Amino acid sequence: MEKLMVIVMPMLEGCEITLQIFSLTLIMALPLGLLAAMAKLSKFRLVRVLTDVYIWLMRGTPLMLQLLFVYFALPLVGIRLPDIAAALLAFTLNYAAYFAEIFRSGIQSIERGQYEAAKTLGMTYMQTMRRIIIPQMVKRVLPPISNETINLVKDTSLIYILAMNDLLRVARTIVQREFDMTPFLIAAVFYLAMTFVLTWIFKKLEAHYAKYDE
Amino acid sequence: MGNDIMIQMKNIYKRFNELEVLKGIDLEVRRGEVLAIIGPSGSGKSTLLRCLNRLESIDCGTIEIEGDFLAREEEGIAKYADKIASQRILSRMGMVFQQFNLFPHMTVLENLIEAPVQVKKMKPEQIIPTAESLLDKVGLLAKKDVFPSRLSGGQQQRVAIARALAMNPDIMLFDEPTSALDPELTGEVLRTMRRLAQEHMTMIVVTHEMAFAREVAHKVIFMADGEIVEQGTPQELFSNPQQARTKAFLQNML
Repeated sequence: MEKLMVIVMPMLEGCEITLQIFSLTLIMALPLGLLAAMAKLSKFRLVRVLTDVYIWLMRGTPLMLQLLFVYFALPLVGIRLPDIAAALLAFTLNYAAYFAEIFRSGIQSIERGQYEAAKTLGMTYMQTMRRIIIPQMVKRVLPPISNETINLVKDTSLIYILAMNDLLRVARTIVQREFDMTPFLIAAVFYLAMTFVLTWIFKKLEAHYAKYDE
Repeated sequence: MGNDIMIQMKNIYKRFNELEVLKGIDLEVRRGEVLAIIGPSGSGKSTLLRCLNRLESIDCGTIEIEGDFLAREEEGIAKYADKIASQRILSRMGMVFQQFNLFPHMTVLENLIEAPVQVKKMKPEQIIPTAESLLDKVGLLAKKDVFPSRLSGGQQQRVAIARALAMNPDIMLFDEPTSALDPELTGEVLRTMRRLAQEHMTMIVVTHEMAFAREVAHKVIFMADGEIVEQGTPQELFSNPQQARTKAFLQNML
């Protein structure tokens, strides 16, 4: 039992890093993704093109490469970020790009009649988006957003290459030190627990939005 | 019925790329008047209505609503009023759509109070009594807390009428309000509209309901190919049409 605690305690600390990266990325990437989705639907061509380039770069290169770039290449041009900030920057930019595409398709799936009804009632574009379009969009994009969110929990393990002691890196360190595979099993249980909670939250959200049909 | 002119459209032209859909429309509606616009599909009647409240923009012509210019013809093109003036003018018109277009994520009552709260910045408690009496008027007060998907098409359309009325418009525009409904549900919507007409609401109704046009409208316009072919009282147009195209259309409808 005592031996197990020696393994589990540092892994709980690793979990803290993992959850920190996960939640901060989500908090920043969701609004940024919505902003990018709106930019993609902008009437200004330049805004649309720039957003397309950003999304293409983020989805077209490995997240691992983006992490390495922020961590190792940016300091060469004088931008040196603290470890956590560097990881957050890469994760947020990457996930916001995926969220943007999901939000955009959700927004475009709302019938034109909704915009027209809002317009004839005198609502402005921003009021229409905020009150009519986005609330309906959220219901429709919950399943794909749920998918991406679960991916994010697991993708956080990529930060092991930045020498940050997240859950997976702690597990590996102990495995190498003790020649004992148990930490890997415990890590799996931790990841499963986190994704279980997320799945449950999204199920609740979907049930909440099921109060109205379309 | 007063004699003051509520809506005046002059020389309206509108094209979608190569397709000319309105070719020089002139139209006048007086206060309390009910105008029915009939005609085959593709005749431009819905487009005309949508130009009136700027869901579409006209290319040429003048639109005057209660004495204010929404658009004014200058050197052959339509110049629109600035944003603030446009908003003020457009707020006098309510619109009812073929597909109802209720907000599905809001209850019936929330649908009604949304625009007054957001646009007119009224407090919910200020507008709820009005909204409830409007729902009562269309016979749906009991449904105020349900979501639109729980209502029949006819009920949804009556809510849509009440929602437009909650903004207290001077003019109501109806774009084929019963075309998406099962035949047995059109009656309840037409009854609601008839009642509105009896209360002297100024109305423009694009419709395929000839009986309604004949009975409720003060004036009927027959459109085909982007032009007004014939207009007159229902009596004149239905009983004694002058143009061959009007006769052919009416024959097909009956």
